[in-house]
Amino acid sequence: MIEFQAVTKRYDDGTVAVDHLDLSIDDGRVTVLVGPSGCGKTTSLRMINRMVEATSGTISIDGADIRSRKPALLRRGIGYVIQNAGLFPHRTVLDNIATVPVLLGAKKAAARRRAEELLVTVGLPSELAGRYPAQLSGGQQQRVGVARALAADPPVLLMDEPFSAVDPVVRDDLQEELLRLQSELGKTIVFVTHDIDEAIKLGDKVAVLRVGGRLAQYDTPATLLAKPVDDFVAAFVGRDRGYRSLGFLSAHGVSVAPLPTVPLGSSVESARGSLRNGWAVVVDDSNAPLGWVSGVSLSTVEGELRRDDLVSGGSLYVADSKAGSLRTALDAALSSPAGIGIAVDSDGTVLGGVTADSVLKSLDDARRSGEVPS
Amino acid sequence: MNWVLDHIPELLSASGDHLQLALLPVAVGLVVSLPLGWVANRWRVARAILVPVSGLLYTIPSLALFVIMPLVLGTRILDPINVQAALTVYTVALLVRSIADALAAVPESVIAAASAMGYRTGGRFFAVELPLAVPVLIAGVRVAAVSNISLVAVGQIIGVGGLGFFLLHGAQSSPPNYQEIVAGIVLIVLLALVVDGLLAFAGRAMTPWARKRAGVVAR
Repeated sequence: MIEFQAVTKRYDDGTVAVDHLDLSIDDGRVTVLVGPSGCGKTTSLRMINRMVEATSGTISIDGADIRSRKPALLRRGIGYVIQNAGLFPHRTVLDNIATVPVLLGAKKAAARRRAEELLVTVGLPSELAGRYPAQLSGGQQQRVGVARALAADPPVLLMDEPFSAVDPVVRDDLQEELLRLQSELGKTIVFVTHDIDEAIKLGDKVAVLRVGGRLAQYDTPATLLAKPVDDFVAAFVGRDRGYRSLGFLSAHGVSVAPLPTVPLGSSVESARGSLRNGWAVVVDDSNAPLGWVSGVSLSTVEGELRRDDLVSGGSLYVADSKAGSLRTALDAALSSPAGIGIAVDSDGTVLGGVTADSVLKSLDDARRSGEVPS
Repeated sequence: MNWVLDHIPELLSASGDHLQLALLPVAVGLVVSLPLGWVANRWRVARAILVPVSGLLYTIPSLALFVIMPLVLGTRILDPINVQAALTVYTVALLVRSIADALAAVPESVIAAASAMGYRTGGRFFAVELPLAVPVLIAGVRVAAVSNISLVAVGQIIGVGGLGFFLLHGAQSSPPNYQEIVAGIVLIVLLALVVDGLLAFAGRAMTPWARKRAGVVAR
């Protein structure tokens, strides 16, 4: 366990970056430090491996004061992932990953073998082993950064806004990958971000810091959304927190109704015959949804249904996975042109439809049974 | 061409002397500049002093520096060490700035990452910062080497040898021996080109990473 006890960081010019921080970070969990810029989140993180020295107070790891160890030696036992990856441009991917084991005295060949395994662990093809960082995409560099931090198998991983410099789609992939990795590795991860959505997605617990380095609230994401302690936290957590808290509620109670489907390439007449309430879903050979047709949209089509004739659909609700929350179900319904969200199984084939009404009814049921904190 | 063909052994041996006179100062200058460049990059005050002073040193005319050296070093006026010491000064003048700039160009995130991995200051310098400085460093060394090869010829005025001998000797003969003068010039230029090419090649061999850019995949 990492323990902050009354930790303060005051710079020479008098600015206080972190003010009497008390925080217990659980082993094997992801703890996210989040807050606006100037809240001392990165400073707090960097105090754990002594890249910044605390002015007063104590930080201990498993009961041992971090000041009892030399900084360089302490750091070799703590993984660190930095913003923009911070890879060494002059070393190949493999040698970047092997950095800490080599510092710890491992033979180069052994360290490289371990690095090759890690390349696979973080989901990169082994062809990248001999490349230089400049030859990788931002997302790939960040994965190498994670692999490098994991190379010596440290129990603690510090991550300093690691995904903030990549585009949203890649960021989403990297976040999923981190959650998958964490479910296998069970590291103690301290993660810094300014993005509350990222904090809520990744954190087992989230510490919200306010400007001036004071802890505002330290709770699970669900509690943070449901019961922010004050206006600052409520404002920081965001206006859509009611909607976003649906993301923590399972959609297993939402009823999935049958949905009319039409294979691509069917005649317009048969498509028209399948419409229910004016809409039908067009599917491909494997029954995966491609889009919608309506009475109106079909009125301009002749002969067979082609891809160009479809009205594009909304988001999909994956019903049989852990990702199937009330939020994804509701979003599927709201974003669909027909007002009916398409529910698919994990292979992507159509199971049926969900409506906003059925999602709200399921939320109501959850409230009544006490599943939702109120 | 007759003169040249008759004097090939002398020309070759003078070329060897010339190279040694020019390049030994480059090596010594590099060793001296590294810590100075590091200091200049590390402390702003040091940079504010070292970089302008080294730039100033480079503006001192070579002949003047050659004749001041005995006063500074306590050597005899015609000792070749005077020329080598002066050329070392020029090398340092060129390289201190290069090294300081090259070290300053290493991205902050790379240095922070190196510290976070557990490098100590010295280890980080040799394992991360210096290798990343090599492209700029080699560029500086190439300039210093070529400049020294040309300056050694001036040293002939205080009698150090090398290819400058043929320039002076040819000019002082009567009538002037143009074959001798041209042979000296051509050899000096040739030495400069060859040394510059070799250094460029060595630099590329040392920095395979610098040629790899996004999208360019080595097969």
